[in-house]
Amino acid sequence: MAIYDSHWILTLLILIPVFGGMACLVLPEARAKHVALVTTTVLFVLSLPLFWTFDQSEAGFQNVVSIPWIDAWGISYSVGIDGISILMVLLTTFIMPLAVAGSFSYITKRERAFYAMLLFLTTGMIGVFVALDLFLFYVFWEIMLIPMYFLIGVWGGERRIYSAVKFFLYTAAGSLLMLVAIVALAYLNHTATGTWSFAYDEFLALEIAGRTQLWLFTGFALAFAIKVPMFPFHTWLPDAHVEAPTAGSVVLAGVLLKMGIYGFLRFALPLLPQAATHPTVLSVMLMLGLIGILYGAWVAAVQPDAKKLVAYTSVAHLGFIVIGVFGLTTQGIEGGILQMVNHGVSTGALFLLIGMLYERRHTREIADFGGIAKVMPVFAFALVVVGLSSIGLPGTNGFVGEFLILVGTFQTHPWIAAIAATGVIFAACYMLPMVQRMLFNSLDRDENRQLLDLNRRERLILVPFLVLIVLMGVWPGPFLNRTRASVDALLVRMQTAGTVGAEVVRQRQEPPPVAFRSNAEGE
Amino acid sequence: MVSQVFQEGAATNFHPVLPFLILLFPLLGALINGCGAFLWRNDKMVPALIGPGALIAAFIVVLLNFLGMSSAELHGAEISHLWTWIESGDLRIGVDLQFDQLSMLMCLIITGVGSLIHIYSVAYMREDPGFSRYFAYLNLFVFFMLILVLGASLPLMFVGWEGVGLCSYLLIGFWYDNKDFANAGKKAFIVNRIGDAGFLIAMFMLYVAFGTLDFVPIVESAGGQLAYGGLLVTGITLLLFLGCTGKSAQIPLYTWLPDAMAGPTPVSALIHAATMVTAGVYLIARLSVLFALAPVSQGVVAAVGAGTALFAATIAIQQYDIKKVLAYSTISQLGYMFLAVGVGAYTAGVFHLMTHAFFKALLFLGAGAVIHTVHHAWDHGGGDAHHHGDPNDMRNHGGMKAFMPKTWIFMWVATLAIAGVAPFAGFFSKDEIIWNAGGFGYPILWGVALVTAVLTAIYMTRLMVMTFHGKNRTFGHDSTDGAKHIHEVPALMWVPLGVLAVLSFVGGWVNIPEGLSLPIHVDWFHHWLEPVFEPALLVAEEHGIHVAHASPVGGGEALWAGISTLLAVIAVVVTFRTLRARAVPTEAEATPPTGFARLLYDKWYVDELYDRMIVRPSLALWRGCWKIVDTAIIDGIVNGVGQGTKLLGWAGGQIQSGRVTTYLVMFMLGVLLVLGVLG
Repeated sequence: MAIYDSHWILTLLILIPVFGGMACLVLPEARAKHVALVTTTVLFVLSLPLFWTFDQSEAGFQNVVSIPWIDAWGISYSVGIDGISILMVLLTTFIMPLAVAGSFSYITKRERAFYAMLLFLTTGMIGVFVALDLFLFYVFWEIMLIPMYFLIGVWGGERRIYSAVKFFLYTAAGSLLMLVAIVALAYLNHTATGTWSFAYDEFLALEIAGRTQLWLFTGFALAFAIKVPMFPFHTWLPDAHVEAPTAGSVVLAGVLLKMGIYGFLRFALPLLPQAATHPTVLSVMLMLGLIGILYGAWVAAVQPDAKKLVAYTSVAHLGFIVIGVFGLTTQGIEGGILQMVNHGVSTGALFLLIGMLYERRHTREIADFGGIAKVMPVFAFALVVVGLSSIGLPGTNGFVGEFLILVGTFQTHPWIAAIAATGVIFAACYMLPMVQRMLFNSLDRDENRQLLDLNRRERLILVPFLVLIVLMGVWPGPFLNRTRASVDALLVRMQTAGTVGAEVVRQRQEPPPVAFRSNAEGE
Repeated sequence: MVSQVFQEGAATNFHPVLPFLILLFPLLGALINGCGAFLWRNDKMVPALIGPGALIAAFIVVLLNFLGMSSAELHGAEISHLWTWIESGDLRIGVDLQFDQLSMLMCLIITGVGSLIHIYSVAYMREDPGFSRYFAYLNLFVFFMLILVLGASLPLMFVGWEGVGLCSYLLIGFWYDNKDFANAGKKAFIVNRIGDAGFLIAMFMLYVAFGTLDFVPIVESAGGQLAYGGLLVTGITLLLFLGCTGKSAQIPLYTWLPDAMAGPTPVSALIHAATMVTAGVYLIARLSVLFALAPVSQGVVAAVGAGTALFAATIAIQQYDIKKVLAYSTISQLGYMFLAVGVGAYTAGVFHLMTHAFFKALLFLGAGAVIHTVHHAWDHGGGDAHHHGDPNDMRNHGGMKAFMPKTWIFMWVATLAIAGVAPFAGFFSKDEIIWNAGGFGYPILWGVALVTAVLTAIYMTRLMVMTFHGKNRTFGHDSTDGAKHIHEVPALMWVPLGVLAVLSFVGGWVNIPEGLSLPIHVDWFHHWLEPVFEPALLVAEEHGIHVAHASPVGGGEALWAGISTLLAVIAVVVTFRTLRARAVPTEAEATPPTGFARLLYDKWYVDELYDRMIVRPSLALWRGCWKIVDTAIIDGIVNGVGQGTKLLGWAGGQIQSGRVTTYLVMFMLGVLLVLGVLG
């Protein structure tokens, strides 16, 4: 398929949703959801072959296109994917059709605008993951913010305005700092080379003094930390999730939360390696990640609202990913990337499930349910499987990611990883009581006795999630392999530039114990 | 499929026969029955055939492999590689199955005893609406249990380890509309996860130390890689043992097992007696060489084992729920096994694991038969509702021997086996543990083991007397309704009991030590497991530790075996005669005991202690995090900033009055300011 060898496939992925969104706006109200479903499905089908055409031995960018955009400032439209972004792009295109299908009966007002917003959001998300020009990246980053703001503010729950504004201000505050950092990078580049440019490659070649790196890193880190969200910048998340419509929550948890980690991996770490490997920076990031794991789980465990509970579990899950990334080991980062996909799948599915229940009962209070496994066995089955994936039961995808993160981080920061491992206990403490209070116990409320089990559309939406949960749990190889070359290149970069990183990589490359080697050779 | 042999020197002529089938049959069974739970929910035929069928098929494959291994001189382990699971950096974890004498033996127990329990379940559960779901869970459990014992690396074993925990959770809460039952399942899962965190951290430490997580290279290089008695190996083994205390219900994490009795009784027999709860013993046996390198950990394992054995036995004496007695008895017997592996007598530990699987499964299934029949008697026998109580409560039993003679005989076989009366199976395995504990250097362990043996005989005899002897109390003291409505269980249930009774009788004869001075002496069992424990015993020998065969107070093995069996017999007889004469009140009339008995009846208040010391403070802390840190502090600041911005905006709005003069003044002021700064 020639298009996958050419450069235009990524651009196509960015443009299709724009046209789809415009079509939604002009076509009749009742057609909007179908247009959106077709658009996102086409998008997914188009993007899927990338998984196979991707050359996993190549560390650099693939499917690259670069054309000048604003010449005077050296800004160009350049996009491409590598091992860090490919899974993110595919995660986005995978989730979108399901999020659209999950809104069919949920959204009943202003459907045209709703689906247009979802599609514009898609453009923003794909753009963020493929942009190779920092100005372009910033544009997509901000584009994403606006549809999300409206999704919460217009189609949200009772406190939607408060939540939407909180979401907007939190993230906009972060973005501004990032903009400052990006402009500063361009300025430094201009001083060094005499030309203006925002190209990622140019910035990579820059040599930046240690202290300046620290300042710039702070700017990026705040923007990304808010997006992740890392403790203590997380309080927009539960509010946004609770008020957002189901599709909003699914996209928010499934894709938007990955932007922060992606930003660290793509920009903050490789562009500013000395800052990123500074011992104080590492300690702060690891500590915040660790706090996120424990604190997120603890607060989740005492939530009366199911959606808020799941929102807090995201804080815990993303905390794992943060320590994986800042552990600076192959396993930690590969596991972190995999865990981003896992979290998108399992938390996305959880929000869909809670949404399905909300459509029936118009409540998300855990205490309002009980015993509904009797009347909704298919729902119960799905919730249990997805819940177990979320708490990292071995055999599901969640375990592979968490295990790699912890085993990786343990090599460089054993105490952090050891304490983080206790997170598996608290994960059980938030998920199982919720599952029990909703699905099990006695079916003692009349409203719950009337509940209908999932219909065909809802079942079809959940099937891809369940398949991925098991597939990535027992055979994560194809996913991990695609990240390898780029992650190794990143670590080498950290090694050559950083001080701590060098030590890390050297440790990793020490030969395994003699006794073991003799065995390995015998294989 | 690639098979590899990790061994030095001579090649073996053993190759696993279709190893993946062992796992595939139970998995397929689980899938089919799982579909059945949704699609043909009311059909009982499919699950009744597929459920036990999957197990029997797996058992046959295991048996073939066992026979193949017996005829081969396998030294080391045979690995079947299925596919690569996780590969990242230097870490490579395969879905590899490890075939050696230990895993083979475990597979035999799991599929063998498992088959019997599946068959029994067909009759036991036949009227349950969740029949298909039940067999789906049960098959799935066996699948994970087999992964646990066959996994060739710690992570793969961990898949089984948590997988069986999941099935245990689902089966404890099988009747989930009962809140207590659902709670019990949840408690089991969470308590187990505490141990699992230890297991995880131990894995990370092992990976750092060895660069691999496969058992074979770890076991082969442990002696050279880790310092004897070093901090690292001690830490690893203690963390692994923490995992064991969760899964195998030892102090301090045993509290979930008694609650787990909420599940259907065959589940208690399979999961909470014969197989899953022994996983901790299996783990220590599998990594025995690490424990041999860590004498401190060995001491901890032995002490916790002995302590748990005694502690649980004291509670068992004052319980009235027949399943609770057996649950505490299981905890106590598991304590024996840990005592054994703790003192370095790995074979003895695994030996007791096997015999315990026979007699404890039998005891649970027998108890299930009684419960089943009492339940039916109440349901179908009419009688007045007044007598309907807890079918598990032994105060509602009594005199069952007249109605269910087969069950009665089988139960006595199991009772004598667990009490350690020669020549029943438990005698040989328990005797070996007590004997080995005697040589470990801490006479107290030996003393505790002996005292617990006597307590075991007492609480088991109490159970037998209260259930099977005296007058029947099911329909009240003076009612004769019992004779009308209580019957022997169907053949589908008593035949598996019979098979287990035979095993409980002869199962110990695979190892009759020379020291007993009996006319025959058999060391098949020791010989069979020798290659597995060789590295550990070598390490112990190198460091001058011998599993000495002596009692702290003199006398040979035969003498002490005689004394212990005599003690057991005396305990049985005395308890029987004392309780036989005593009138037992029914559950409805009974008053809770007083004094020390009350302390035992209420299980030393450990659950209450944990609730006050751990559960409630944790919840308070978590609520504080939410209400104070999140809502008050962080959101307080965020909203404060928001309000401040609003205020600023309001102030700004005041200035924007629309009057051009104000703007001009402002503009001029601004220009002056800029000039001032620049100038």
